[in-house]
Amino acid sequence: MPESITIAVVRRLSPLLLLFFLFTGFVPQLLANTSTGEASLQEAWKALTDKSYSKKEKAITLIARQNTADAYPVMKAMLDGKLYFSTRDKTLFVLKEQDGNYAFTPLFAGQAVTQESKRGFKKVKINNRLRTRLRQALALLQLQHEDKKLRLAAVQELLKNPDSKAANLIRDVVEKETDTEIRTAMHTLLAVIQLESPNENEQREAIKKLADSLNPSALNALTAYQPPNTALKKLANAAIQKINDRRDNYARAETIFFGLSLGSVLALAAIGLAITFGVMGVINMAHGELIMIGAYTTYVIQLLMPEHIGISVIVAIPAAFIVSGLVGMAIELTVIRHLYGRPLETLLATFGVSLVLQQTVRSIFSPLNRSVETPQWMSGAFQINEVLALTWNRFYIIIFCLAVFVALILVMKKTLLGLQVRAVSQNRLMARAMGVRSKWVDALTFGLGSGIAGMAGVALSLLTNVGPNLGQSYIIDSFMVVVFGGVGNLWGTLVAGMSLGVINKVLEPWAGAVLAKILVLVFIILFIQKRPTGLFPQRGRAAED
Amino acid sequence: MFMLDLLRNDKPGSWMLATLLVVSIAVPVLNLLVPEGSIFHLSTYTVTLLGKYLTYALLALAADLVWGYLGILSLGHGAFFALGGYAMGMYLMRQIGERGVYGDPLLPDFMVFLNWQELPWFWHGFDQFWFAALMVLLVPGLLAYVFGYLAFRSRVTGVYLSIITQAMTYALMLAFFRNEMGFGGNNGLTDFKDLLGFDLRADSTRIGLFLASTAALAIAYLGTRYIVSSRLGLASVAIRDAESRTRFIGYRVENIKLWMFVFSAMLAGVAGALYVPQVGIINPGEFSPLNSIELIIWVAIGGRGTLYGAVIGALLVNYAKTYFTAALPEIWLFALGGLFILVTLYLPKGIVGLRRMREARA
Amino acid sequence: MMKSQLKKLAIAAAITASTLASSSLAWAEDTIKVGVLHSLSGTMAISETTLKDTMLMLIDEQNRKGGVLGKKLEAVVVDPASNWPLFAEKARELITKDHTVVTFGCWTSVSRKSVLPVFEELNSILFYPVQYEGEESSKNVFYTGAAPNQQAVPAVDYLMNELGVKRWVLAGTDYVYPRTTNKILKAYLIARGVKESDIMINYTPFGHSDWQSIVSDIKKFGSAGKKTAVVSTINGDANVPFYKELGNQGISAEDIPVVAFSVGEEELSGLDTKPLVGHLAAWNYFMSVESDENSDFISAWKKYIKDNKRVTNDPMEAHYIGFNMWVKAVEKAGTTDPEAVQKALIGVAVPNLSGGYSAMMPNHHITKPVLIGEIQDNGQFDIVWETSGLVAGDAWSDYLPGSRDLISDWRTPLSCGNYNVKTKKCSGQNY
Repeated sequence: MPESITIAVVRRLSPLLLLFFLFTGFVPQLLANTSTGEASLQEAWKALTDKSYSKKEKAITLIARQNTADAYPVMKAMLDGKLYFSTRDKTLFVLKEQDGNYAFTPLFAGQAVTQESKRGFKKVKINNRLRTRLRQALALLQLQHEDKKLRLAAVQELLKNPDSKAANLIRDVVEKETDTEIRTAMHTLLAVIQLESPNENEQREAIKKLADSLNPSALNALTAYQPPNTALKKLANAAIQKINDRRDNYARAETIFFGLSLGSVLALAAIGLAITFGVMGVINMAHGELIMIGAYTTYVIQLLMPEHIGISVIVAIPAAFIVSGLVGMAIELTVIRHLYGRPLETLLATFGVSLVLQQTVRSIFSPLNRSVETPQWMSGAFQINEVLALTWNRFYIIIFCLAVFVALILVMKKTLLGLQVRAVSQNRLMARAMGVRSKWVDALTFGLGSGIAGMAGVALSLLTNVGPNLGQSYIIDSFMVVVFGGVGNLWGTLVAGMSLGVINKVLEPWAGAVLAKILVLVFIILFIQKRPTGLFPQRGRAAED
Repeated sequence: MFMLDLLRNDKPGSWMLATLLVVSIAVPVLNLLVPEGSIFHLSTYTVTLLGKYLTYALLALAADLVWGYLGILSLGHGAFFALGGYAMGMYLMRQIGERGVYGDPLLPDFMVFLNWQELPWFWHGFDQFWFAALMVLLVPGLLAYVFGYLAFRSRVTGVYLSIITQAMTYALMLAFFRNEMGFGGNNGLTDFKDLLGFDLRADSTRIGLFLASTAALAIAYLGTRYIVSSRLGLASVAIRDAESRTRFIGYRVENIKLWMFVFSAMLAGVAGALYVPQVGIINPGEFSPLNSIELIIWVAIGGRGTLYGAVIGALLVNYAKTYFTAALPEIWLFALGGLFILVTLYLPKGIVGLRRMREARA
Repeated sequence: MMKSQLKKLAIAAAITASTLASSSLAWAEDTIKVGVLHSLSGTMAISETTLKDTMLMLIDEQNRKGGVLGKKLEAVVVDPASNWPLFAEKARELITKDHTVVTFGCWTSVSRKSVLPVFEELNSILFYPVQYEGEESSKNVFYTGAAPNQQAVPAVDYLMNELGVKRWVLAGTDYVYPRTTNKILKAYLIARGVKESDIMINYTPFGHSDWQSIVSDIKKFGSAGKKTAVVSTINGDANVPFYKELGNQGISAEDIPVVAFSVGEEELSGLDTKPLVGHLAAWNYFMSVESDENSDFISAWKKYIKDNKRVTNDPMEAHYIGFNMWVKAVEKAGTTDPEAVQKALIGVAVPNLSGGYSAMMPNHHITKPVLIGEIQDNGQFDIVWETSGLVAGDAWSDYLPGSRDLISDWRTPLSCGNYNVKTKKCSGQNY
């Protein structure tokens, strides 16, 4: 590549960028360009096995510059933590795990080895700094990779610290690029570099292009840009304004998404309570622990099927429903059964139950948090554009919440059980007179509410700690949601959960996390003054006692 | 004479007061006069512990007044307790004066620590005991008044009322956790030195606090007993059992509820104020909704709507907790949780209900 | 009627008597009692239970070596249940009822603040094993965890020098440790030329679980073109959802590294660490330290706890150091009398687990190496940097205006935890 241009560009860079280059070792790379040769490359390979990170960094710089055929796979393996070396003679190997065995393939000389342990081999360790260097070096090599995702990742990596070297490479490939998204990103990068051009027309063109980009680099470039005249200054300011306006709009959309996702967590945690407390009138202080049991069920399922993390969460949903549901039925049959008509006593007894359940879990699983792995398909984010991304797990939880809800409504409205549950909750004696086995219905209803709490636990296990205190952190919020929505009204619970979530998230950027929560609580208190029986009060005579 | 009248129909209450009297004589004697080696010596640890239990008993009494006789299940009584405690704690903090670790004559340590330049306005006046004592009553009272005024006027009842009291204490807990609030954040107020000039670590001061707690409990018991035996008390029981009917007869239900609620909150505040110098710390954890639920459980275990039941319940549960946490540190929650379940199932009227059940059988 | 009342009174009397008697039961003096004051239930059980087990193991091992001064040690375990006033009560119970001569315990600052007056009043000894905000030096407390200058400041130096970080997010839970640490760090960063607009400070409540907005803010703050890092003083439970959210929003350690002061091996064991590789933590000990003492300790721990997957962490090492220091001081003093042991402790040096020696300084803090580790996919830390020598803990920070002039020296003749070198006064002492 033409060295002179690079240096000219470096000279023109703002001091800030210069500092950055100094730091990332870009400049030493330029200076060290003369000392090439096979011998030093050999040494570089060897240096990778060294303990010192700075030696490894030098080696990577050298290897990346040589751009030999080996460079790409080695750097990739290194980044993925698959690059090993034999402790005997320090030759490099790439590790591949095959059904419990470790296969070591030599990079240069040596025998391929497959064994049960990693004995005799040591990993080439990397740190943050090396990882950054590797990413950048790989990105340059990946620009023409056949995989679209890798190409896009490469451009985005380069966009983080755009430089003229990358720009030159991109200029070569941009016309060949077929994917529009990648092309847009490439053009943004080119525009960022173009902004550095001494030619005012070029600058104008660049500003116009950047104004349409949401990439942070575009905004940063425009902010750092020093316009030579007022016309350009105006143009640049307008561009910044435009970008900021769009970003603000997307930020608002993001806040609503955050609110809905928090709301769905709240609603999910509360739905079970809406049945045990709302429909049956049991002040169920053990509700949180039933959620916790669902979360632990997910953990156990993952222990049982470590090879299939992907579907473990799906399996966990019915499993948690059954486990929590059975525990709930056991609680109903042994304790709550004796307390109907004495709702406040249920508070007392279920509080006792919650202490016992907490301690049981603590005794079985230890007080330590357990780790639940997020499956691949649920991690990461759905990138709508460069400033708005919706995380998949939150997205699925919103959907899950709605699905649970619809299923529950169907059960309550369309099945015999639902009919009987409503009958018993409205008038127990009359229902019994009509031939409803109220005791069975009670047990099943409580089991249903508990089972749903268990399913909420599956969702929570993917977001937060799976530990003995999991339940306690959701019980108060759950009661708030049910009461705010109106006791006995399932729709009320959903609407209440969602609106509290959105209110909380809208307040948060303005008031901070703590104050937002306090304000939400004050809002609930005041709201109840206005509507003493919640959003959707239960009507009819049954509500009057 | 009047007192005797009041107690004539309250045998258990009389016994309780008599026990309190005996204890208030025996404890100082056993602690201060009996030499340390003797097996009759009562350690200061036990005295402080008993003092703490008594303040809990007072708190339970306050909760029983509104729950047992008015039907208001307050899940936020811990908030009034904590507010009373904070008022006392602020007085005790101001008493430290120059003896804090930074030696600042005006600012408490935690403020120096966080770079505060001047005393926030709400800390003024707390260097005077009378002011702090007034605040112990006024702050919880005022909160209860405002809260009750809104809630009772809007006719919020039942679980809705319970849950918004819980929301209240939860919001206060979060607020007091904030360091910007100026109440010491999570660490709360601690490292107290003396109260009215008496060294808090002296055995005699502890005995004094213990006696004050005993006296407060006895007086509060007589006061609440007087209220529940008066016309006001009868009206409140009527409200508990049939609120609408009482209203239609012509009682101002809102007012009765409001004043009982405020009185109860003030009692809780006094309990908190006595609690803090004995345990030596007040922090936002006292606002925790779980604490408020627990205190309702004391009342339920003792026996709701009897006043003395609340006292017995508080003493018993807390003794059990102290005992279990030391004797069965690993599994005490099983024991405590099991106790709650069994009492609910087999003693629906609480422990004092045992006697009533037997009387009914006899 | 009368009879039943008498019976009740008798029961009441029996309960009272048993309460009173249990407090004054005669005790046997054939063992040395060691108090263990760690929460076994409630929110802090997750961290503290391990420390209780560590103490039981250490005491067990010492007994197999013949105990101390020819007597066996006996652990007295109580559960203060993550309830701060209960800590004070249990501390008093340990010292006056169980006659423990030394106590190992507490985790949170507030629990330490709660028991402090009790230890001072009864003149006993507390070993406190957790990193904390400093600004304290009590005659009766020995701080074996890190002070801010043994953890936070070196970590920031590392980020600045090795990773070239220019923009800083100081995120913490809203309590005294993060507040103080961030105050110190902010002063330190500004002194090193960082602009105020390049520092973002954020506080969240305990157990905060919904990190979406904050992580998104961090992401925005970090997209301004300068290398950004998060210095996290987020406490315990809130960390798991925080790191999960970081992973989900795609913030990798290369983009915005997070250096944490409260996340150790134990916390990581509750997390899937694959998305977290490369994030950092600063401690004085990591399980991955290579030394003979450490491998002995790890195998002894795994054997004791009967679980091959259990990990060790920094506060455990602090107890290891503290316990050995106490044993050595008792042997040096020839008695377990707390007053004598307090004196003997200063200057005692014992091996730490990172292959060196830690010594008790006159300010009741100890010397330790500072290590920086990167999270690996197996839940361990890979040590990427360490101080060349040992760092002595500062009780009073030089970066806070209130404490700049304070020093602590418990040796005679000064014998003061907060001596103001300007006014030549020793304030806040209770003795």
